[in-house]
Amino acid sequence: MNRFLWPLIGFVVLVVLLGVGLTLNPRDVPSPLVGKPAPAFSLPRLHAPDEQFSPRDMLGKVWLLNVWASWCVSCRQEHPLLVELAKRHSAPLVGLNYKEVRGDGAIDMDKVPADQEKGMVIERAGAWLSQHGDPYTLSALDIDGRVGIDYGVYGVPETYIIDKAGIIRMKHTGPITPDALSSTILPLITELSK
Amino acid sequence: MRMVLLLVLLGGSGSTLHAGEAQPLAENPATEKRLLAISAELRCLVCQNESLAGSHAELANDLRREIRTLIEDGRSDDEIMEFMVSRYGDFVRYRPPLKGTTLVLWFGPGLLFILGLAGLLRYLRRRDKAITDAPLSAEEHRRAEALLHDNDSRQGRS
Repeated sequence: MNRFLWPLIGFVVLVVLLGVGLTLNPRDVPSPLVGKPAPAFSLPRLHAPDEQFSPRDMLGKVWLLNVWASWCVSCRQEHPLLVELAKRHSAPLVGLNYKEVRGDGAIDMDKVPADQEKGMVIERAGAWLSQHGDPYTLSALDIDGRVGIDYGVYGVPETYIIDKAGIIRMKHTGPITPDALSSTILPLITELSK
Repeated sequence: MRMVLLLVLLGGSGSTLHAGEAQPLAENPATEKRLLAISAELRCLVCQNESLAGSHAELANDLRREIRTLIEDGRSDDEIMEFMVSRYGDFVRYRPPLKGTTLVLWFGPGLLFILGLAGLLRYLRRRDKAITDAPLSAEEHRRAEALLHDNDSRQGRS
């Protein structure tokens, strides 16, 4: 009996460790930006391309920054939740439209003249929002993905919760699930809004 | 015919190999060399088991471009590493720094090895003790002799 006890214990420990490993999400890399000020930027707005949006404009408010693109399949998955979230008016939701044209694998960038990219971005992003509903207070256009790099974006969609002082308090990578919304995102917004 | 087939196969594999390498973009060889050295130390976050140097992901292209700009701006390797880590975290480095949260990562395998080695030594020593030399008694000697003799004579008969 004793002979088999230790190998058995070893086996059980291994199974438990592997089991826990299966439930972890390797995409969920902890962001070093949590607890730091949201990186500054100034980008044109989707529905008012001559005006700029900057995170500074949101100081004093708890707000959400949601990174999206029309080519992003998972964004379609979370979109109904965002529309619902916007109806509650719990916090303004700002969209960061990420590499709308050059991020789309179906587009050959060699055939897109540089001066036409912005127009295409506005047209495609606008069309997608009118088709699926627009939950955003406004959307900023990160045409070349440069702001995305400052925010450590590596998989769209991503969502940041930013507090009144402009500090990033949470990052959610991947589509928002109903569970994540009700168990972490909404309670955090409530707490930060106090 | 076989020769042609071989040539086609060789040619085919050659071009795939070529396509598998990340495209160098800039002209300055010194910049490219540093870019390669830095990006080999960085993980591509889209395809997590590839380095930034070897990845084809769109984001990897963007980040290589970003690093190239930083190099041309005259930033040091450490500054560029810091740039990446401050955005993507320690996970972006293939050789994470030694600190509280990475202790298990750095010393876990060595610790497991030492534990295993200690276990093995203990087991071997215990087994050593369990096996004791028991000299044969006179009676056992006789029986062994008889068995051997019996065996010999049987072999002789056949």
